Formats: sequence, structure tokens, C-alpha cells
Amino acid sequence: MQVNEILLNRNVAPEVFEMRVYCPDVAKKIKPGQFIIIRVIEEGERIPLSVGDYDPEKGTLDLLIREIGVTTKRLVQMDVGSVIPDIVGPLGRPTEILEIKHLMCVGGGVGIAPVNVVAKAYRAQGTHITTIFGARSSNLLAWKDRVLDVSDETIITTDDGSEGIKGVVTVALEEEITSGRPIDLVFIAGPAIMMKFVAEVTKKYNVSSIASLNPIMVDGTGMCGGCRVTVGGVTKFACVDGPDFDGNAVDFDELLARQRTYIVDEKEALERAYASGEILTPEKHKCKLEEQCREGAEAWK
Amino acid sequence: MEMKERLKIPRQKMSGQDPKERIHNFQEVPTGLTEEQAILEANRCLQCKHQPCIKGCPVKVKIPEFISLMAQGKFMEAAWKIKETNSLPAVCGRVCPQEIQCEVECVRGKTGEPVAIGYLERFAADYERNQGKIVIPEKVPTTGKKVAVVGSGPSGLTAAGDLIKLGHEVVIFEALHKPGGVLVYGIPEFRLPKEIVFAEVDYLKKQGVELKLNKVIGQARTIDEFMTEDGFDAVFIGVGAGLPIFMKIPGENLIGVYSANEYLTRANLMKAYLKDKADTPIIKGRNVTVIGGGNVAMDSLRTALRLGADNAYCVYRRTRTEMPARNEEIEHAEQEGVKFNFLRNPVRIIGDDNGWVKGMEVMKMKLGEPDSSCRRRPVPIPGSEYIIETDVVIVAIGAGPNPLLTSTMKDLKLNRWGYIVADEVGRTSKPGVWAGGDIVTGAATVILAAGAGKKAAQSIHEWLMQEPGKDGEREWPFDL
Ligand SMILES: Cc1cc2nc3c(=O)[nH]c(=O)nc-3n(C[C@H](O)[C@H](O)[C@H](O)COP(=O)(O)OP(=O)(O)OC[C@H]3O[C@@H](n4cnc5c(N)ncnc54)[C@H](O)[C@@H]3O)c2cc1C
Ligand SMILES: Cc1cc2nc3c(=O)[nH]c(=O)nc-3n(C[C@H](O)[C@H](O)[C@H](O)COP(=O)(O)OP(=O)(O)OC[C@H]3O[C@@H](n4cnc5c(N)ncnc54)[C@H](O)[C@@H]3O)c2cc1C
Ligand code: SF4
Ligand code: SF4
Ligand code: FES
Repeated sequence: MQVNEILLNRNVAPEVFEMRVYCPDVAKKIKPGQFIIIRVIEEGERIPLSVGDYDPEKGTLDLLIREIGVTTKRLVQMDVGSVIPDIVGPLGRPTEILEIKHLMCVGGGVGIAPVNVVAKAYRAQGTHITTIFGARSSNLLAWKDRVLDVSDETIITTDDGSEGIKGVVTVALEEEITSGRPIDLVFIAGPAIMMKFVAEVTKKYNVSSIASLNPIMVDGTGMCGGCRVTVGGVTKFACVDGPDFDGNAVDFDELLARQRTYIVDEKEALERAYASGEILTPEKHKCKLEEQCREGAEAWK
Repeated sequence: MEMKERLKIPRQKMSGQDPKERIHNFQEVPTGLTEEQAILEANRCLQCKHQPCIKGCPVKVKIPEFISLMAQGKFMEAAWKIKETNSLPAVCGRVCPQEIQCEVECVRGKTGEPVAIGYLERFAADYERNQGKIVIPEKVPTTGKKVAVVGSGPSGLTAAGDLIKLGHEVVIFEALHKPGGVLVYGIPEFRLPKEIVFAEVDYLKKQGVELKLNKVIGQARTIDEFMTEDGFDAVFIGVGAGLPIFMKIPGENLIGVYSANEYLTRANLMKAYLKDKADTPIIKGRNVTVIGGGNVAMDSLRTALRLGADNAYCVYRRTRTEMPARNEEIEHAEQEGVKFNFLRNPVRIIGDDNGWVKGMEVMKMKLGEPDSSCRRRPVPIPGSEYIIETDVVIVAIGAGPNPLLTSTMKDLKLNRWGYIVADEVGRTSKPGVWAGGDIVTGAATVILAAGAGKKAAQSIHEWLMQEPGKDGEREWPFDL
């Protein structure tokens, strides 16, 4: 096995992949809530990814990746057995595991990756875990099995009602908060827009919350300041001061605006990569996946 | 050659790319002296007995000696002579602020123009590299001692180079995916081709230095683990001053506001300038405003022009005389069309409805009494505020100590700003740990960082070769 080798890579929901990479140094050191930065090719960009699970003995990291742009698409199109050129980590501060009785996790999309490790750590010390897991539709609930596994209670919400409660996570959260059962902390991870609305609820009811933020990053070492976010009126660097911050104090509108910085460039880059054949178009990639699926379904234990 | 003849030779001008052309590419601007020019320039040196120029050089390059070799056309020998005290001559020849270091002391400068020591240094080093005859020194008997070098900037590279030559095992740990520190992520290609830095790194690797990239020390590994688990006998910390300072004015988190570190990292390290090749995006901007007057500001301004900005404005709160940038950089920036706004201080950055920068309000300043740095202090003129239209703002007002590593070392003494406290050979409060470069001095120069690495390497060597006392410990004379 080579360092940074992709051991497993499979499609778990539309445009979502889970990947296991061999990265023993990082696996030995990483703690819940921390992330890595990877570079997929020479001249490629550096992108941050949460570590959704890890095994220090086997030296592996599990990632949950949503393909949205050039780099994530390049990554998920890499074959099992190939080696990711650069992986750096662990980065960021670990999530603080507090001595509390009841933790509510609210996750969506690939935010389930940090939810999984953080919930695990809390569970290990006996905290009761309720997870609210939301998606547009039931087929988008990637890692549902892991969520069910790690939570004492799981509440699923889908926008279209195809599974669980019809509606968004905030509806379920509000119901839980008002049910009278005490919630010590809400851990939020998902798309920024979801986190914004969830934090509005926790703020409204004065429940403590921690949000795992995902601004655009470059180095991940506090050197560039590109990842800055405003928390309680103070500028913080998410890569070194975070990624966890007091959800009730984060300026989510600023985060949302800053995340849109390169939308136009990113679209152009993707078009270029499709045109040059460097990245398979969605149709071609689908064919490749179907083939792979037939071959290696049992690989994940 | 007769003295009279020497005095008649004019200082040689380095040719370079035409400003109109070069603002469309990232190739190096000055192209170097020709062989004839190098010999002519070397002949301008009067070989002064008292060698005043050496006093101006932080690492005491044997200037008259190497220049004399150059005058005889012995360029290889000249390069080796420089390398006796400076391991990065190709870099220093290009980026040292010679006008306030070696060249300011040159006697020829008293009545005319100083000998172009920097140009000559660059020529010799380039000559050696281009000959492809870089001699790898024979491996010396190993001492069995192992040293970790954290950071691959000029201080770390120099320390590693000297330590390997002394027979120690050396491993460099670098946080980024490319070695070189600021030389690679900060200073642009058009001023310092990265190939030169990588050649230096290659040279170290060929001698047996191990280079581990993508290792953020403090996170991936701690200094204590180095010493207790990984078997390192000593550590050199050269992590630089990699913490961008912002102005703390309203609007600083708008889209289009960059720290110079981010802007230059995107452009250089991530190669955002290779438009159709690199993935990392950068906001090109039509009107780019850079705050600051140092080398970092000049690099940002000139990068902006090359990325296609119509206007690159420099906003600096003092005047041209006080600008800390190298003369050559200011001149090059002027030639390339950078527009300078002196005696201006930013008040706030203004955004549009979508959170993008659209302007910056500045206040006019005047020069008052000299401050502690002996530069005249800028004083605001109330009511003089006005707005500059701009879509990108780059903050280049300096850097501070990055606490990522130092915050994981409880027993390391820091000063009140957060820089590592070290004595003149780099020893810190923690036995077995040395530090040097910007993380000790604050943002300074390449040659000072390299010099610190050199002194530390010598000190590490002496310490490692010492017989440990009865308790198995070596002496650690550190008191501050
Ligand atoms: C701490 C952290 C943890 C993350 N964890 C995960 C994860 O577990 N799984 C996952 O799929 N995604 C995760 N992300 C988001 C992921 O980094 C982006 O989706 C990825 O960078 C997109 O790159 P791209 O080239 O594929 O897409 P692009 O087309 O370049 O970008 C699409 C969008 O992704 C965001 N983005 C782009 N570049 C960066 C960057 N360098 N850093 C951060 N965001 C960027 C922007 O909002 C952008 O608009 C995380 C981000 C952060 C900061
Ligand atoms: C844009 C710019 C232009 C400049 N122009 C000039 C010039 O013209 N002339 C001149 O003399 N000087 C110039 N300087 C200053 C000069 O570059 C620095 O003084 C010099 O590079 C400092 O060297 P250093 O070895 O201390 O650190 P750096 O060059 O900063 O290198 C430090 C290295 O350590 C790495 N690192 C940091 N933290 C960790 C960690 N925790 N673990 C592992 N690695 C880590 C960093 O990634 C980096 O690679 C310029 C600086 C900048 C930013
Ligand atoms: S190292 Fe710098 S200061 Fe010293 S002689 Fe060379 S150019 Fe001058
Ligand atoms: S001071 Fe100038 S002229 Fe004299 S030895 Fe030095 S470089 Fe030559
Ligand atoms: S990503 Fe550069 S400082 Fe956080």
C-alpha cells in the first residue's frame, strides 16, 4: 500500500462519493472535527475536506465528497489504487468534546462527515445523540447507515417527503427544542445556507450551537487569511481558529457571499476540463461508475 | 588595469524586458549581465584594502575576492567564493536590498555609482548553475546525529545545507506542497524564477537532505515528539512570519479584499497566472489597489498588472523617500505604470449589494515629526477623505508571527509580539531547539534569514559534537 493511495471509492448518492485513503500519519493524529487539504494534480488547487471517519491502526481516512467543481470531480474520478499527490493534515482545531448529556446534531449533505466523527466521540463518553439529517430527497441521504449507527435517535427530513418528515431540518429542530426535552448543544454541519437557518433557530431559542464552517481556503495554516469569517463581530481564520465556531455568533451572510467569489471562474474551469477530456462529463462518468459498481460492491466490508 | 581606467568604466546596466511587453508575461524582468559586462563591472572594483563593502553584507560575503576572480573570468571560482558564506547567491543577487547593504558601503558610491555587487553575485551564481557542473560535495563521515529543520524558507534551506555538510542527518519538514518558503509562495516568478529555488533544493537533496512536504508541524507532529519519539537530537525552527496583518477597517471581509499573502500565493504558488492550466482562481480586477510601500506591495502591484488590471494603484501613507521597498522594485513598478498615491491612508472599504468591493475611502496625510524608526510620522488631515474606485484591494502592510507551531510549545519563550526569543546563534529557551529567520526577527530579508540559518547550523554542530555530561545532558547556555 502506498501513502495517499485510494483504497475504496464509490458512488453513494447522486454526485456524492465515499472514499477511503491510506494516510497513516494523518490517521494516527487526526481528531474529530479536523480536516485535510488535498491537491489532486500538479497545477491543481488545494481543497479542504472533512475527515468523516478514521482508523489509526489501519492508517485509513474516510471521506465523503460531493462533486461540484473541477477538483472534486477530478478526485472522485480517480481510480482505486491510484495515489493522491498531496494530502496535508490534520488541519484545524479538533471539535471540543464537552461533558454534556444530550447533543443534537443537525447535518445535511457532506456535512454528515464531521457529524459522524463528532457524534462518535460524544457517544463514546455516554452523551445521548439525536441527529437530524436532512436532504432534498431520500436518495441523497448519503451515509444514512452511519448516521443511524452513531445516533441514539435519528430524525430524517426530506424536502419532497420521500423519507421521514416532509420539510427542512429547521422544522424538526424547532419541534425538538420546543418539546421540552433539554438539549445541551446543537452541532451543525452542512451547506452554509442550511447552517444559517439552523443557527437562526438555535439563536431564537437561546440554545448553544457549534457550526463547522466551510469557507474557501488555500493553505490551511493561517498564512493567507482567505478563510476569514466574522464571529461575534471579530474576524477569525477558520482554518486555524476553527472550523468550529459558536453558531449563534457567526455572520453566515458574509460566509455565503464569500463562498460565491469564484463562481464564474469555476464554471469556466469546468467547461475547459470537460472540453479537453481531462474530466469525464457526467454521462461518461455514469457509465464508468456502473461498470465499477458491478465489479467491487463488496469491498466496503 | 590602471586605477584611472577602472574609474572610467561606467556602471554596467542590466538589460531586461521592455516594460510594455513584460506586463503581459511572468518571465523574469532583468535578463542578467553578459560575460563582457560582468568582466567590465568587476574591473570597476578598486579592491579596497579595508573592504568597506563586506561590512554592509549581513553574511560577510568576501566581496573583493570574488569580484577579483570575476575580473579574471574565473566565474566558477567566484561562485564558490561567494558560497563560502552565502549559500543562496542566485537568490540574494536578485533580491537583496543592495542599496542599503553591501553597495551603500562601496567607496565607488561616494563619488559616483557603487560597484554592482548584486549583479555580479547573480552572474556568478547563474553561471555556475547554467554550466550544469554543480559539484556535489563528497559525503563526509556521518556523525550519527539527526536534526529536524522546520520550514523550507531561506533560513531552513541554509541551515539544512550546512548541517548536511557537517555529517548530520537532516530532515526538512515543510507545511506547503512546494519547498522554498516566501521565495516560492510570495516573491513572483518575474522577480525570482522558481527554477532557481528548486535547483537549490535539488542540490540539498542530492547531498542527502530529506525533504518532507505537506507536514504542518504543530499539527502533524510536535517538536516534543521529534525529540522524544522520532529520535531527533536537535531542531531548527525557520517557519517565517506567515501571518497576514489586516488593517481592521470596515469592509475588510468584502469579496475582492485579499491579504498580499493570499493574492501572491494564488498567483505564484498556485500558478493562477497560467490562465488555462492552473485550477486556482484569482480575481483579476480592473482597478487594483494595494495598501503598503514595501517589496510585498510592489510584487502585488506588478502581479496585478500582469494579470490584466487596467490600473494598479499603490496607496502608501508616507512618501516615496520612506518607502521600504528595494529601489529597483519601485523603479520597475513605475516603469510598468503603477500609479502611486502617497500620503494616503485607507479609512474603509466600500462594497456593492452583493458584497463585492467597489471602492475605498482614503484620507490624506502629511508628514510630521520623525518617529522611533526615524521616518517622519504621517499625520491625518481631517476632512480630506475621498473615494478611490477599485474592485480589488490588497492589504500589504506586513506580517506577524504565525502561532500555529509556537502555541504547541509551552516551554518556548516568545516575546510580547509572539516571535521566538533566541540568542545571536539562534538558541531558544528550549534545550536542543534553535530558531532563526523571520520567526525570530520579524519580517526581514532573505539574506538575514539565510545568515540566521548559517549561524544556527554552526551552533547546532558544536552542541551536538560536545560530550554530554554525567547526566547524559549537554550544556544549554541560554539566558536572556
Ligand atoms: C473545513 C472544510 C471542510 C470541508 N469538507 C468537505 C467534505 O467533507 N466533503 C465535501 O465534498 N466538501 C467539503 N468541503 C467543501 C469543499 O472543499 C469544496 O466543495 C471544494 O473545494 C470544491 O472544489 P471544486 O474545485 O470541486 O469546486 P469549485 O467549482 O472550485 O467550487 C465550488 C464551490 O466550492 C467552494 N470552494 C471552492 N474552492 C474551495 C476551497 N479551496 N476551499 C473551500 N471551499 C471551496 C466554493 O463555495 C465554490 O463556490 C469542505 C470545506 C471546508 C472549508
Ligand atoms: C512578497 C514578498 C517579497 C519579498 N521580497 C524580498 C526582497 O526582495 N528581498 C529580501 O531580502 N526579502 C524579501 N522578502 C522577505 C523575505 O522573503 C523573508 O524575510 C524570508 O523569506 C524569511 O525567510 P524564513 O526562512 O524566515 O521564512 P519563510 O521564507 O517565510 O519560510 C518559512 C517556511 O516555513 C513553512 N512553515 C511555516 N509554518 C510551518 C509549520 N508549522 N510546519 C512546517 N512548515 C512551516 C512555511 O510554509 C514556509 O515555507 C519578501 C517577502 C515577501 C512576502
Ligand atoms: S549577500 Fe546580499 S548584501 Fe551580501 S554581498 Fe550579496 S547581495 Fe550584497
Ligand atoms: S568597496 Fe567597492 S570598490 Fe571597494 S572593494 Fe568593495 S566593491 Fe570593490
Ligand atoms: S486558508 Fe489560508 S489562512 Fe486559512
